[in-house]
Amino acid sequence: MDYHLKTPVPEDEIRKLKMGDLVYITGTVITARDEAHLKALELHEKGEKTPVDFKGVGVFHCGPIMKKVDGEWTVIAAGPTTSARMEIFQDNFIETFHPAIIIGKGGMGDRTSKACQEYGCVYGAFTGGAALLAARGIKKVREVHWLEELGMPECLWVYDVEDFGPMIVTIDTHGNNMTQDVKELVTARMEKIMAEMEG
Amino acid sequence: MTEIGRILEDTAVELLRIAVTELPTEYVEVIDEAMEETEGAVGKAQLTNILENVDIAREGSKPMCQDTGIVAFMVKVGDGFPLRSEVKEILVKATRRATEEVPLRPNAVDMFKGNTRDNVGLNGHVPIIYFDLVEGDDLELIAMPKGGGSTNIAAHRMLKPGLGMKGVKQFVIEALSNAGSLGCPPYFVGVGIGGGEDICMKLAKEALLKPFRIRSEDPKVAAIESELLEKVNELGIGAMGLGEGPTALDLHVEMAARHPASLPVGVVISCWALRHAKAVISSDGEVEIDKSV
Repeated sequence: MDYHLKTPVPEDEIRKLKMGDLVYITGTVITARDEAHLKALELHEKGEKTPVDFKGVGVFHCGPIMKKVDGEWTVIAAGPTTSARMEIFQDNFIETFHPAIIIGKGGMGDRTSKACQEYGCVYGAFTGGAALLAARGIKKVREVHWLEELGMPECLWVYDVEDFGPMIVTIDTHGNNMTQDVKELVTARMEKIMAEMEG
Repeated sequence: MTEIGRILEDTAVELLRIAVTELPTEYVEVIDEAMEETEGAVGKAQLTNILENVDIAREGSKPMCQDTGIVAFMVKVGDGFPLRSEVKEILVKATRRATEEVPLRPNAVDMFKGNTRDNVGLNGHVPIIYFDLVEGDDLELIAMPKGGGSTNIAAHRMLKPGLGMKGVKQFVIEALSNAGSLGCPPYFVGVGIGGGEDICMKLAKEALLKPFRIRSEDPKVAAIESELLEKVNELGIGAMGLGEGPTALDLHVEMAARHPASLPVGVVISCWALRHAKAVISSDGEVEIDKSV
């Protein structure tokens, strides 16, 4: 099934999605990688507010190439980065900030999958390297935060997006995880190949 | 700067632009064939997205991926080429310029001070420059920016020599299995065997750029390449690790002699976007750019 969602996405709409569905989103997508996740969680722990509200929006594992043209930030290329690096704090992030969809590539693990189930979030896999397809769906750069401190790839870019996608749902709220399923198959095949290998 | 220095600088900027915006057509054709052959909708969609993205990049002269990598140059300096020690400084300057002009994403991070913002740093190590001294009057330059995702899945091990070639092959399969979805498959794989703890990794990286889908001249090495490529694809990681479509598009093995007590193996992996471009500059400043693989 194809879904065209608008942010903020209500939790019941997120819970309708199933592994393998294609999703496009219109509204707000915010980039956040390793450093931005850490900083947002640190601020929350100190009882301080983050400069943006992640509730119901798309959190995009992406360090884009941006350029200032006539004083305005524009997107040059903005594809997904490897999400597995965020596995160590993504569950905490989902529990704390309640985003609707985590966008990235390469999939995520059990901790994230559990948090998605519990708090109503999905993981949308965007084709890795397809930075210009992604940029096409970004209509406006609304805000940027932490640019000076974290630099272009790591800071928070807040985008207005229109039919941003397609993302394939690989982690849904029903406990499914496509990347994990493939990984188990690959490991089994590896063991067989290793056992049969000749010198 | 001398005229020839300016030519080298302009050429290096141009090679970086070509590398990040134009995927060699030989690779595109093979990805296109794979897309046609892939039956599953998920895998087919991933390959279709890649192809569409590659088209937009070429038409608009924009980087196909936002991760324009850590910049590396491979330089072969001929005996009669007029530049020597200046080459490094020129390539550093070209990297700064390309970062602004292409543009490239600033990807050089100082652990203490943060992103250097110009793809240069620290202590003269980035951009990475491999020098070789060769006969002749030309300078050959390859620009090879490589992204972080596929760089992170590189693997290195000092095997016990008693494990022999079987152990080497098992290690390669293990490395690719561990790479899984993480580095944007379908992959290109370079394997370096022997030499030492450092050289096997350098050989593996260089192996990525050996002629596309042409097997080694050494029949024994060629057989290992074919066997490993087939077995890597049997893993069934698929496009973007979603289990459908090819896992690897090509695999090369480069070998060096080893110490009797050591069997070093390096595995360097590239994402589907194996970005590189080559030029030859003659001693009188004529530039020939080669976009093929």
